[in-house]
Amino acid sequence: MSAPREKLVEMRGVKLQFADKVILNGVDFSVQAQEVLVIMGLSGGGKSTLLSILMGLLKPNAGSVFFKEEDLTKLSRPKVNEVRTHIGMVYQNAALISSMNVRENIGLPLKELSDKNDKEIDSIVDQKLELVGLKDSRDKLPSELSGGMQKRVGLARALAMEPELVLFDEPTAGLDPINSKLIDDLIIQLRDKQKVTSIVVTHEMESAFAVATSMAFLQEGKIILEGTPAEFRHSDNPIVSKFLSSYSEHEHSKE
Amino acid sequence: MISKLGAFTIFLLQELSSLVWMGRETASEIMERIAKHRAPFRLEHFFYQSNRVGVESVPMVILLSVFIGLTMALLTGYQLQRFGLVTLVPAVVSVSFTREMGPLFTGIVLASRIGAAYTAELGAMTAGGEVDAIEGMGIGALRYLVTPRILAIFCLTPCLTIISVVFGILGGMFISSLLLQLSYSYFYDQVMTNLLVKDVMAGIVKSFLFGAIIGMIACYKGLSVKGGAVGVGAATTSSVVTAVSAVIACDSLCNIFIVTFFP
Repeated sequence: MSAPREKLVEMRGVKLQFADKVILNGVDFSVQAQEVLVIMGLSGGGKSTLLSILMGLLKPNAGSVFFKEEDLTKLSRPKVNEVRTHIGMVYQNAALISSMNVRENIGLPLKELSDKNDKEIDSIVDQKLELVGLKDSRDKLPSELSGGMQKRVGLARALAMEPELVLFDEPTAGLDPINSKLIDDLIIQLRDKQKVTSIVVTHEMESAFAVATSMAFLQEGKIILEGTPAEFRHSDNPIVSKFLSSYSEHEHSKE
Repeated sequence: MISKLGAFTIFLLQELSSLVWMGRETASEIMERIAKHRAPFRLEHFFYQSNRVGVESVPMVILLSVFIGLTMALLTGYQLQRFGLVTLVPAVVSVSFTREMGPLFTGIVLASRIGAAYTAELGAMTAGGEVDAIEGMGIGALRYLVTPRILAIFCLTPCLTIISVVFGILGGMFISSLLLQLSYSYFYDQVMTNLLVKDVMAGIVKSFLFGAIIGMIACYKGLSVKGGAVGVGAATTSSVVTAVSAVIACDSLCNIFIVTFFP
């Protein structure tokens, strides 16, 4: 019997509201090391906000957010910055620095936060670009790349500091099936080969079931179901089954 | 009317406290960085911003200063001629340009030229999620983006002010020689006789303040952009209007202070 894996991330009773609008109303979930948790939910349900809280970009009104043993909500800013170096994030719009080329974008965290020299940074950049299959694009500006390529560069940048946790915000949204498959394969590769833990927020069911080792459904500011992909497929929760069946119907109608 | 005034006052205080918060956070990020024995910002970023603020602003500052100096000497000269006091023109032009016009016009030029550029640039980065990405990497967006910009405009505004003063006086000298029959040598001697160290210091100190104010307002407005392209446009307009107003208000307060305590 294998030893239980450590909890890498845990949210307990996280609440967030802007003025009168409640975004998160007591979110609880945890992620084990080397797991890929897919968070699903309706648009505008607070999934991306959840990732911002995990990155320490937003502070919840109540609750705790643990990364390993440390509660991000109680840490000082230097400590939060230290934790952030162990977390990579792939943004929905890639969020590459538009004035920097691909090489500079990926090398930015290394240049600012590590003691590596330019040669070492260049070698890491090449290695990450090879991983995402964009070695020939190192000198291009983000504006010269397609949406899919930008997301892959975003992933390469997120991996530059060798993070233990990678957060994906709609990684395959708006991509063609080939690029979607490429991103999914990269997430699986990270999980299997590099033992990276991931939290993926997505609407793309095919993608979700391809990469997930566990799933959570966010509805009205709460996680209403957490389980394995198989448990999700056979869930009798009316909202989840409606969400999944809508997707299946949509796929069938496309066929 | 009173409720509108109240709302405006609250808005003004909120903006001011956010500005102070940004300054404090930037300073604390710098200190944290120094505590880790790391440079608070990259020198190449500072030099790049200095080039934009300083070198690239020189032609516009020279052009404006020459024309303002010229106009000032001409109008003052024609008025003073009626009283037979045209010989006072060099003193009036040099003292008022050094203490007032040089710093003020440099401030206005930089608020519109550099302040707008800073706000638009940081605003586009904020709207595109780039600022969040930098923050999310643990780099410290304020330290990384704001420090080199504010430092560059803080250091370069006095330099541009000196250029503005020199060319303003040269403009006055040129027109005085041409239309007021004051020779170049007389004008020069009068400038050297009437201009005091106190006047030069007043201009320089003011220009440091103007630089800091423009930089802070421009960066704050850029980082607090909401919405897309429209938000960036609105923030840029607001940045220029606020910075120009703040520079003029600060100039008045400085003048009151200087006249009261260093008559």
